[in-house]
Amino acid sequence: MNQIAMSDQRLETPLLEMRGISKSFPGVKALNDVNIALYAGKVTALIGENGAGKSTLVKILTGIYQSDEGEIRVDGDAVSFTNAQDAIDFGVTAIHQETVLFDELSVAENIFLGHAPKTRLGFVNWKAVNARALALLHSLESNIDPRTRLKNLSIAQRHLVAIARALSVEARIVIMDEPTAALSRKEVDDLFQIVRRLKGQGKAILFISHKFDEVYEIADNYAVFRDGKAVGSGVLAGTGQDEIVRLMVGRSIEHAFPKVEIPLGEAVLSVENYTHPTEFRDITFTLRKGEIFGIYGLVGAGRSEICQSLFGVTRPSGGKLRLHGEEITIGSPGEAIKAGIVYVPEERGRHGAVLELPIYQNISLPSLTRTSRSGFLRASEEFALARKYAERFDLRAAALSVPVGTLSGGNQQKVVIGKWLATQPKILILDEPTKGIDIGSKAAVHAFISELAGEGLSIIMVSSELPEILGMSDRVLVMREGLSAGIYERNHLNAETLVRAATGNA
Amino acid sequence: MIRQLFKYREMLLVVVIAILVAAFSTRSPGFARPANLANIFNDTSILIILALGQMTVILTKSIDLSVAANVAFTGMAVGMLNAAHPDLPLAAIVLVALGIGAVLGAINGLFVWKLGIPSIVVTLGTLTIYRGMAFVLSGGAWVNAHQMTEPFLQTPRQLFLGLPLLGWTAIVIVGIMYLIMSRTFLGRAIYASGGNPTAAVYAGIDVGRTRFYAFVISGTLAGLCAYLWVSRYAVAYVDIAAGFELDTVAACVIGGISTLGGIGTVAGAVLGALFLGVIKNALPVIDISPFAQMAISGSVIIAAVIFNARQERRRGRIILRDRGASEEIGVAA
Repeated sequence: MNQIAMSDQRLETPLLEMRGISKSFPGVKALNDVNIALYAGKVTALIGENGAGKSTLVKILTGIYQSDEGEIRVDGDAVSFTNAQDAIDFGVTAIHQETVLFDELSVAENIFLGHAPKTRLGFVNWKAVNARALALLHSLESNIDPRTRLKNLSIAQRHLVAIARALSVEARIVIMDEPTAALSRKEVDDLFQIVRRLKGQGKAILFISHKFDEVYEIADNYAVFRDGKAVGSGVLAGTGQDEIVRLMVGRSIEHAFPKVEIPLGEAVLSVENYTHPTEFRDITFTLRKGEIFGIYGLVGAGRSEICQSLFGVTRPSGGKLRLHGEEITIGSPGEAIKAGIVYVPEERGRHGAVLELPIYQNISLPSLTRTSRSGFLRASEEFALARKYAERFDLRAAALSVPVGTLSGGNQQKVVIGKWLATQPKILILDEPTKGIDIGSKAAVHAFISELAGEGLSIIMVSSELPEILGMSDRVLVMREGLSAGIYERNHLNAETLVRAATGNA
Repeated sequence: MIRQLFKYREMLLVVVIAILVAAFSTRSPGFARPANLANIFNDTSILIILALGQMTVILTKSIDLSVAANVAFTGMAVGMLNAAHPDLPLAAIVLVALGIGAVLGAINGLFVWKLGIPSIVVTLGTLTIYRGMAFVLSGGAWVNAHQMTEPFLQTPRQLFLGLPLLGWTAIVIVGIMYLIMSRTFLGRAIYASGGNPTAAVYAGIDVGRTRFYAFVISGTLAGLCAYLWVSRYAVAYVDIAAGFELDTVAACVIGGISTLGGIGTVAGAVLGALFLGVIKNALPVIDISPFAQMAISGSVIIAAVIFNARQERRRGRIILRDRGASEEIGVAA
């Protein structure tokens, strides 16, 4: 680390400082004794994997969560943010990845919604609203008309409005949470112009990004989080990317993954130059029998989109698909299920179960073409199928005829997985299979995935969790901005290679 | 035991209807006589059939506001057909009615399926269009009883085991709809499409196509009711069944069919319709004005919605308690 530069900085009082911050949720210590300092006129990049604690930190800073321990100091004085308004009063404001704005309102209304200047009678002072909005937009060197409806603006212009909104409350500390995720390169350049201007105005900026090139372009300082701890911080100039990658992943990957080595069989599915008009291009890979094929990448890199396309939810615009050597097209999820491909979506609650229907009907739902005869259902077959998978997963329920909505979350999950396995698939696509579940259950899920692969299922596993990808995959496809950033064999897998490929830091 | 029964809101509706009938019969002796009850059932038959069509659509998270207009147009068409070709057998006329109804329903369904327009907007449009078409078809003229043939008018009135064929038709339709909803792939797809459209898509169900079929079912039943209506009231004109689409929705709501889709049963829709039928038949008997009748029907609908909302909430708690108490039968190994 760059000790000299750091000690230089320590002479100055940080505009905002967090000391010894800890925050726990049931079963997880999201932040553990974290320190971070933000300086006036400086951009601090906050870097870390998913689950490193970045979002929790942002929520504490903006008053949405309260820390269990530790203190926040503004200008050297200890303050406490008990709600979002407190944070705003101290000049902390956040611009989120997905900007929360209203399409049908004007730019000025969006900027001043909730804190519009009032007339003496308590009505909104529209003249002042529009004038102040115009002034704000001018200060950002933008010539957007404050009276246009938001829906007429481009994504980059919307960002600008979000920033103007953030600044409309006298912000001194601006948090930008992955602001570039949805932007093109040109729009990113424009955004960075604005960030530099904010720096010039003496604001302290916390910039959260996964993308190294952007971090190096815009940030002065860095702070790296890993597993809820601040593992390193300092001045970015003179700190190599290798160093940051090492800090990010620098743990010995625990071998808690019950990956069982299975001799891989013949090629089951070959994907050739698969292309979608807007989400991904030229994706090529082959999936073999018994293989766990990982797909790794940052959020928004196009991983889930590939899987949805393989499952027929969306249609590709180019490329070929071969199942056991024969070319096939998949036009709908129904066709995919018939071809033996099933997809367990990431949002199991929303995409998974029909809560009003009984357990047995949920389990049989994708298999109905098999259990019904000429359009008529056969309840006994449905029950038999449901019972088989309920037993296999040790499902806890009063009866198979109770609605799934009455089960606990874990049992609902079992129903959803049982329902997919009941279709007797050959290829199982798992999207973030352990997202949002506790560590104990994770191990069970991993053991189960291995077991399925052992039974000859081919598995595509999308995950943003490095240990999971490294521990479970036979091979890994790394995605970056809709393109393949390489396929890595198990014996060449290591965390740093994958992170580099995924972040474009070759 | 009683609580077990009351867990099913259908059972509760049966009890409420029974209490109503008992209460009315204290004011008007003979109200509860089998002949009068058969009469009420017969009188409610058309509403029952239409409510079942509406239920199918509502279960898929849609609504069909055009059913009554469908009845008006198809009714006019078959009335004129009967007047123009008196020698056409009744079976042919009924088939034409079913066909026209199905086509009108399919038009709604296609707009919802292929263009993705919200059903409330589509059917609000076709509601006006279909009734307008009835006017265009007839030029505003009426088809009166003397223009209709004897079989056309009399067949639904034939008594069989004390109940007119009209009532038996409703019973047969109830049976068919029960089979479709509980025993067929389509029925399951209808529940899944309304309960969680996204999950249904991921389970390989074509939600749009399922909604289309629901509208076709609703239209076909409306076509059937068109004939039954014209025959029963022995007249066809542009304004028949005006506003009746709201009665079908009301029957569904009272019968516990969730307007958000995915929840509801054939028995519920039937009982909801019967409930309205009993009230409609009883209030004049005990001298309550038609305007008060409307207010009472409206209050009942709101009460039913409130009750269903509370029932929904309570159900979760009751089952949780039950689950704690009962051992885990057959499921957990």
